[in-house]
Amino acid sequence: MSFTRFLAVARKEVVQILRDTRSLIIVVIMPVILVLLFGYGVSLDLKGLPIFVYDRDGSQQSQDLLKRFQASAYFDIVRVVNDYPALTRALDDGHARMGIVVPWDFSERLHDGGPVQVQALVDGTDDNTANVLIGYAQAVVQGYSSDLQLDWLRNHDQPAQPASVSVETRTWYNEDLESSAFIVPGVLALVMSVIGAFLTSLTIAREWERGTMEQLISTPVTSLEIMLGKLAPYFAIGMFDVIVCALIAIYWFQVPFRGSFLTLLISSAMFLVVVLALGFFISVIAGSQLAASQIALLITFLPAFLLSGFLFSIEQMPVVLQWITRILPARYYVSVLKKIFLKGTPAALLYADLVPLTVFALVLAVLATRAFHKRLA
Amino acid sequence: MPEDNNSVVIENLVKQFGDFVAVDHISLDIRKGEVFGFLGPNGAGKSTTIRMLCGLLTPTSGRARVAGYDVGREPESVRQNIGYMSQKFSLYNDLKVIENIRLFAGLYSVPSNQLQARIEWALEMANLKGQENLITGTLPGGWKQRLALGCAVLHKPPVIFLDEPTSGVDPISRRQFWDLIQHMAEEGVTVFVTTHYMEEAEYCNRLALIFRGKIVALGTPSELKRDSMKGELLLIECEPLGNAVEVLQSAPDVIDAAVFGNALHLVVRDAAAAIPQVKKYLSDHSITVGHIEKIRPSLEDVFVSLTTERDSGKERKA
Repeated sequence: MSFTRFLAVARKEVVQILRDTRSLIIVVIMPVILVLLFGYGVSLDLKGLPIFVYDRDGSQQSQDLLKRFQASAYFDIVRVVNDYPALTRALDDGHARMGIVVPWDFSERLHDGGPVQVQALVDGTDDNTANVLIGYAQAVVQGYSSDLQLDWLRNHDQPAQPASVSVETRTWYNEDLESSAFIVPGVLALVMSVIGAFLTSLTIAREWERGTMEQLISTPVTSLEIMLGKLAPYFAIGMFDVIVCALIAIYWFQVPFRGSFLTLLISSAMFLVVVLALGFFISVIAGSQLAASQIALLITFLPAFLLSGFLFSIEQMPVVLQWITRILPARYYVSVLKKIFLKGTPAALLYADLVPLTVFALVLAVLATRAFHKRLA
Repeated sequence: MPEDNNSVVIENLVKQFGDFVAVDHISLDIRKGEVFGFLGPNGAGKSTTIRMLCGLLTPTSGRARVAGYDVGREPESVRQNIGYMSQKFSLYNDLKVIENIRLFAGLYSVPSNQLQARIEWALEMANLKGQENLITGTLPGGWKQRLALGCAVLHKPPVIFLDEPTSGVDPISRRQFWDLIQHMAEEGVTVFVTTHYMEEAEYCNRLALIFRGKIVALGTPSELKRDSMKGELLLIECEPLGNAVEVLQSAPDVIDAAVFGNALHLVVRDAAAAIPQVKKYLSDHSITVGHIEKIRPSLEDVFVSLTTERDSGKERKA
């Protein structure tokens, strides 16, 4: 291993990255865009869902009930309609996710003390959202209903506080249940996958395609020097992007950061080794830039996106998929990220994630070194 | 430990790709300071041989020593002692001239106290002084080739391998390039060069003609011209040329006929005897004969003669 030769390769690689607008964009702008995109664009919180209302009663009471819907942060009454067909159309074309119909005898039956039903028509195409909507709607109606009871009791000189049991919830780690706090840390895994695997997957394939590899391997430079020289700049870029993304997450999106920054850097370095080695390995075996980039996206970016627990919780996946996630390095990194950011878990308690990550890093690094030979065909 | 006077020693070198024998039992000794030309049509095995000698391809069998090191067992030592220019221009087009030079200086571990001097030398040699900051991809072909040569010899290797270094380069640049090669050879560098330009072959001290993986002739350019032709050569000016070739190929005593410029080259066993016969034969076929004379064969004649001879030999066997 000659440091001079390693440095020569690394310096060349840096110049090439800096001179290539496309890689520069991927290196500098893409991470920021991904963080902003997932921080703003992808929200698993349901707020301000559009609903239509059809108030067939038009009484003081019915208006009280509907005001409660409007007051809730979860709903936004976008229109008041006067017939069923308008409601149906709104659900059909997606202008409304739910329609609330107050029956014509709402106030009358309330007055009689009889049970009253309010109809909710829900767009069930997205079952998850539908379930949440139903829950929210029930909560609003329930609140209205218990206030009515309290009023009635008060008006009839009964004790205003009937015995009741309620759950006092206290949410830990993500106190405000903001989905950005859940999502944004995981974006680091996506960024690493793109920088690490996608960009590096091109480096070896590109040299073969352009014919420069033949000149390169005719010199005394060793395979190891080529590999390290090519990967070192991407490692530096990766670490830089980790820091940038983490800072955006913490200071822009106000994601809590409770762990140690050092642990974040170390585990990110580990994951970077994994994706860099993987990218290099792909580049060696794929032969062409096109094939390499496609394989890289398929086996790093997609799993990191779908199966790492970044967006979709692993516990809720089918058992088979859960097993598959165990062979995905991204899964362990995402898990570490969430724990460092939200829980502040000390490094010593992260072994369940860090040990597999280290094993992946070592195995893939060895695989990558073995794969590349300074030989033609 | 470099060997006595022979810089490149090749013994029964074979390279097989599947069923295809690209290089078929080649043996050569190339002396120190020699400009050795490797001639042959495309696909004859020139590049494959050079790549084996540079340690880029593993020989199927046989062995080769370059600058005293075995290409199969000590490829890294071989690489430190050779300069290689591949057939396709393969420096980095997106790097500046100076960045390419620095890269290869690093790859060859040029010591830092010599670095500046070697960089200056390479720029001077490639005639690229003052152009250090140009992007390599924007250079004209001839400049690129000189830069590639400069990068390949930054570490002063005793042996350099050039695979068709002047293909696609204009004639003046080609001339300048060969001056550089001659200059290096005078300083004791062994140059192994492949080409298919016949006039370039004349610049070589010795030549090997390779055809279908086999060496079919070996010697100095004048030896080849003198000894390798099977027969004597006639130059014939006649009209119409196309018909004449056809007619002569089936004429008695004619070994081969080919168009060279605006005349014909005819290979015959005995020139003196053939001249009157050919004249008569041509006029019998209503072809007007202008000038006819015995000439000294050029390397191209030798080359064509040797390869067509092999071709017809092969056909007869099949």
